[in-house]
Amino acid sequence: MSLSMSVLIVIALSIVGYVLAPRRALRLVGGDRRKLASLPKQYGLSAGLSVFLPAMLIALLGGIGGVAGSVLPVIIVAVAIGACCLAILKSRPDFIARNSAETLIKAVLIAASGVAILTTIGIVMSLVFETANFFRDYSWTDFFFSTTWSPNFRGDSALGILPLLWGTLYISFIALAFAVPIGLFAAIYLSEYASPRMRSVAKPAIEILAGIPTIVYGLFALITVGPFLRDYFAAPLGLEQSASSVMTAGLVMGVMLIPFVSSLSDDIINAVPQAMRDGSFGLGATKSETIRQVVIPAALPGIVGAVLLAASRAIGETMIVVLGAGAAASMSLNPFEAMTTVTVKIVSQLTGDTDFASPETLVAFALALTLFVITLGLNVVALFIVRKYREQYE
Amino acid sequence: MSAMKHSLLTLDARTKKRNAAEKRFKACGLSAIVVAMLALVVLLVSVFGSGASAFRQTYIAIEVPFPEAKLDQSGVRDPDVMSQVTTLGYEPLLVDGLLAAIDAAGIATEMSDKDIGALISKEAPATVRNFVLANPDVIGSSATFDLLASGRIDGFFKGRVTMESAALDGNTSPEALQLAQDLRDAGIIQTRFNWNFLIAPDASDQRPEAAGLGVAILGSLYMMIVVLVLALPIGVAASIYLEEFAPKTWWTDVIEVNISNLAAVPSIVYGILGLAIFINFMEFNQSSPLVGGLVLTLMTLPTIIISTRASLKSVPPSIRDAALGVGASKMQSVLHHALPLAAPGILTGTIIGLAQALGETAPLLLIGMVAFVREYPAAYTPDAGLFGEASTALPVQVFNWTQRADPGFVERASGAIITLLVFLLIMNTIAIVLRRKFERRW
Repeated sequence: MSLSMSVLIVIALSIVGYVLAPRRALRLVGGDRRKLASLPKQYGLSAGLSVFLPAMLIALLGGIGGVAGSVLPVIIVAVAIGACCLAILKSRPDFIARNSAETLIKAVLIAASGVAILTTIGIVMSLVFETANFFRDYSWTDFFFSTTWSPNFRGDSALGILPLLWGTLYISFIALAFAVPIGLFAAIYLSEYASPRMRSVAKPAIEILAGIPTIVYGLFALITVGPFLRDYFAAPLGLEQSASSVMTAGLVMGVMLIPFVSSLSDDIINAVPQAMRDGSFGLGATKSETIRQVVIPAALPGIVGAVLLAASRAIGETMIVVLGAGAAASMSLNPFEAMTTVTVKIVSQLTGDTDFASPETLVAFALALTLFVITLGLNVVALFIVRKYREQYE
Repeated sequence: MSAMKHSLLTLDARTKKRNAAEKRFKACGLSAIVVAMLALVVLLVSVFGSGASAFRQTYIAIEVPFPEAKLDQSGVRDPDVMSQVTTLGYEPLLVDGLLAAIDAAGIATEMSDKDIGALISKEAPATVRNFVLANPDVIGSSATFDLLASGRIDGFFKGRVTMESAALDGNTSPEALQLAQDLRDAGIIQTRFNWNFLIAPDASDQRPEAAGLGVAILGSLYMMIVVLVLALPIGVAASIYLEEFAPKTWWTDVIEVNISNLAAVPSIVYGILGLAIFINFMEFNQSSPLVGGLVLTLMTLPTIIISTRASLKSVPPSIRDAALGVGASKMQSVLHHALPLAAPGILTGTIIGLAQALGETAPLLLIGMVAFVREYPAAYTPDAGLFGEASTALPVQVFNWTQRADPGFVERASGAIITLLVFLLIMNTIAIVLRRKFERRW
């Protein structure tokens, strides 16, 4: 008996319970449904769920726990049969089926909200275990403090994270230097100056940028921005001859972040009470003076939060840097040089032939854990600031 | 004159300065919006400009002879025996057909037969061979085919290859392009809409002209089914609990913070999760839409939960109170009344979540969906299980094509992006229409 077969049997038994339980309850009161504690369909629901849920739980746990393929289906079907008999026997007129059914439904709801927790646990466990394996083979001081990255699948690799972090931070810095002023000014213009008609056109147009998948930005960097920057800036200036560069990835990532910064800042600027603006106007300030000296200072904590969220987005971004930044690890200041990032190396170490015993593959997990910790830290701080700020004016 | 100094109608230097600063500030704001819009326009124009031609393809219409002596010496017309003739055996037949067509059109050329044969795609002999193996009776006669032209010839008619670039190119020559131009004037070569781009599977490195998105679209479709079937019920159930039932305890706070953090975890980390848990630990098939769908489900859940909670919150409490007043239980008031009223918002949020999942690339790279797949994956096989056969996905196919050397693949990648954007546009339009049609203001 295969697993899918046993699942089908469980479903069939649930239907049997769903059909038979109300019949039995009705029969016991001679067909007079007024004498039942609950509606007949609730007897069915209660019975059906009490067959289906325990059996599925066992299937799930057994599947994950690695119970032998030949034993598991038998257990599942046995439990389902037992539950089915029990449910039908329990189906008496004084049995309050509505409460029973709703307790089961609530259990399902709670389990569903636990999936979020399980996901986090899964992420942390998969990162921590393999990272621990990695540090057994490779010294952690070398990983965090070495400035060379040259993996070599025959062994004897230098796997220092510093050049990758440098590339990541340099690209993110350029992206933010591009996106923050533009996003902020766009948000200010849209919320303080723009007519409702302009707002109704410009706001969705900017938000289209947020809906475009990152692979599209990556291709844009590869076929348009990269060659353009090389031919018109890098090559004439004699800086570098490579189309993929920090600048390419940074600018394209900046475009991606504009809607992110602008929509968050827009919300925050709109949350500044109108009374503060009116007070400033009353003292004779112009609109721009009001914005610069009243609105922005009042909104500053929220804007900082938005920038931190954007930074975490930039650091974790993958496809733009895979296609736009290059693959060679280097620590230089030249923005037209190809550099690589943490995410690029996670992809390159884990695609193709991988051997989960070698540090060259496992290093990807250590890189991912570092990435996860950095972005998580940024997110927590940012969410804390944003939340704190919201309370201020509510 | 001294009276004029203090006139309200003349601006003093300081006011002028302040007004100028006001104007500059406003201009900065406007230019920020212009830059953002410009970036959007340049991005779309660049992708559409380089990808639109992927939807057109150049074909050569020729009559191919099928001599028995070459294809079936046994004379029994048994496909098993005939399959001993490889595609190499078919190539000369195509060249013969093309030479005959050139003669019939009265075009003079000094190129060698081999170079003339290079006008036809390397994919074409396989097409013809499959046709012959499926219809053994055609041997001894001939049949007319629309064969793919080679990538360089196709590029010539799309403006990608020019006489100057051909002179430097080992794979083609200006003479070949001239011959192609003559053949086009004679009506033998045609460029028309390319259905194969949407239907055909991927092709190898040297054959960009034959590469299509069939497998990728199918794989993406399977993954979206998995995401929809898992993420929607789980997301809705979790939101109902958190919004309607959960008591304010530390446990609910943990879940809340957790969900907002999960929404901001870099997508590549989900790829690591998929690799470690689903592939290494639970031993699901690599590259399968099932694993891809599971990973995307976990990524989409926070989006769906956040939007579902927002739409449940927007249903006024009076509705629930009315249900409770006539004897419904708490659960009934939610499931029978609040949930159906929140359904349009939930649906909109789900479609937007699916659209995000459809464009996601990075996690799929890690679970092996970059593999070269030519077979259409089946939805179910006894061996591989449900959605267990190796597949690829639309955004990953784009990435794959950008990694290949032949410049023809840039056009294919951009074309795939256009296809992806069209799907996203359709999904978002549906979401907007649903919102417009069913949105209620209480």
